[in-house]
Amino acid sequence: MTMAKRIILLSLLWGAFTYNCLAQEDLLKLAETQDSTQADYTSATFKAVRLLNGHTIETNRAGELLFLISHRFGTLNSGAYELWGLDQATIRLGLEYGFTDRFTAGIGRSSLEKTYDGFLKYKLLRQKETGMPLTLTLFTSAAIKTLKWIEPTVEEQFKYRLTYTYQALLARKISEHISLQVAPTLIHRNLVPLASDENNVYALGAGGRVKLSKRTTFNAEYFYLLPGETADQFKNTLSLGVDIDTGGHVFQLMATNAQGMIEPLFIPRNAGSWSQGDIYFGFNISRVFQIRKDKAE
Amino acid sequence: MTVPPTTKAMNLIVKRLVSGLFAMVCLLCLGHVIQAQGKFYTKTGYISFYSKAPLEDIEAHNRQVVSFLDAKTGELAFSVPMKAFQFKKALMQEHFNENYVESHKYPKASFRGKILNLSEVDFTQDRLYNLQLEGVLTIHGVERLLRTTATLQVNGDQLQGRANFSVTPQEFNIEIPALVRENIAKRIDISVQMLYKPYQEKPL
Repeated sequence: MTMAKRIILLSLLWGAFTYNCLAQEDLLKLAETQDSTQADYTSATFKAVRLLNGHTIETNRAGELLFLISHRFGTLNSGAYELWGLDQATIRLGLEYGFTDRFTAGIGRSSLEKTYDGFLKYKLLRQKETGMPLTLTLFTSAAIKTLKWIEPTVEEQFKYRLTYTYQALLARKISEHISLQVAPTLIHRNLVPLASDENNVYALGAGGRVKLSKRTTFNAEYFYLLPGETADQFKNTLSLGVDIDTGGHVFQLMATNAQGMIEPLFIPRNAGSWSQGDIYFGFNISRVFQIRKDKAE
Repeated sequence: MTVPPTTKAMNLIVKRLVSGLFAMVCLLCLGHVIQAQGKFYTKTGYISFYSKAPLEDIEAHNRQVVSFLDAKTGELAFSVPMKAFQFKKALMQEHFNENYVESHKYPKASFRGKILNLSEVDFTQDRLYNLQLEGVLTIHGVERLLRTTATLQVNGDQLQGRANFSVTPQEFNIEIPALVRENIAKRIDISVQMLYKPYQEKPL
């Protein structure tokens, strides 16, 4: 066989071979273009329904019941006698149920001032992979302080025990690793200790998470009190922590300058100061149970 | 009444035209049938997987699998959108996508392969054929050679394909943390059911 013939034969073989490969590639490409799946809603902007103290835009999915145990120790600056705060503890137990993928209602009870709370959460806008850039969740809660009445000057009335919270949670999952959230908040207290105190307290929450690995994140959260009487008397809340997702459970470990675990306690009435060592260690543990099998939507 | 010769000629021409047209239409139809016998496809193919472990059984179902079968060459292609797997527990579904198969990075699994014993299949004979398949299965961005048996039921112009095989998460670099190792089976059983219809290429 001459060289020329060989080259022709080889190139023919090569041509046949590549043609065959191309045909098969094309069949898969063809299959991929026939795909009918639509752009999905962004999932897992945050691992948990709390960022640290405050809520995230996340709601339970339809039929999911979440049991949340939140716990804060005493302050770090309480010294060796109190084992740097570990001797003291406040706790909140909560149950939250997803009626639909967008609507969750919850109840809870904090040991601090024996406070019961109930809340509603509705995911109004949902971030999409293409299109909608943000998730917006509306949050409202009512808290009832059931501690024995000790106000000497005011006659006890049920309405005086109530505090309301209104919050718009806006978040964006910027990348797989980074999600940011802002939370304009209004807290209305039916009764305040002094005439000069504000019934309405406005605050702006901001925070986010950075994914450290598939199952752990670093979170930070800050609540800024808008200038006013409350801002003069109380401290802004700063919390730092990590989420550890074990599948089913999410553990959140944190350091924060607030003792309360619901908005009316940790936003307008936070006296703790980071610089003076009023740092509470704490954790939230959530466990999800699928109660109803059929998923709505 | 006698028919004038010119009309007769006209009639003949019309007849010829009609029969010619008929033949053309027939040919076109035949062409259509030939083309239809080339490729078959489905956009609603079904794939499920099942993991049986001491602590829990996990299953997921996907009814949005796109697949093509080329009857002429015996080539097969599957495109599987990972987010379309539906689990009983929503949290499981989120973890499947977020932590295990990483759907944001690898949105689709795929298989492209060949029917090795294509010569034994007669696509015009309605019956059940046993197939030998070989090809490349891609999950989580990792390509693995897969060889499995399957069945193909020819039913008129529809083909029903079924296959069962199993994979391990390890071979596709899907990490299982020690903590949940008891919850996830060593081998995941995969079941494939496709109802193919003739594919007609749409004009551009």
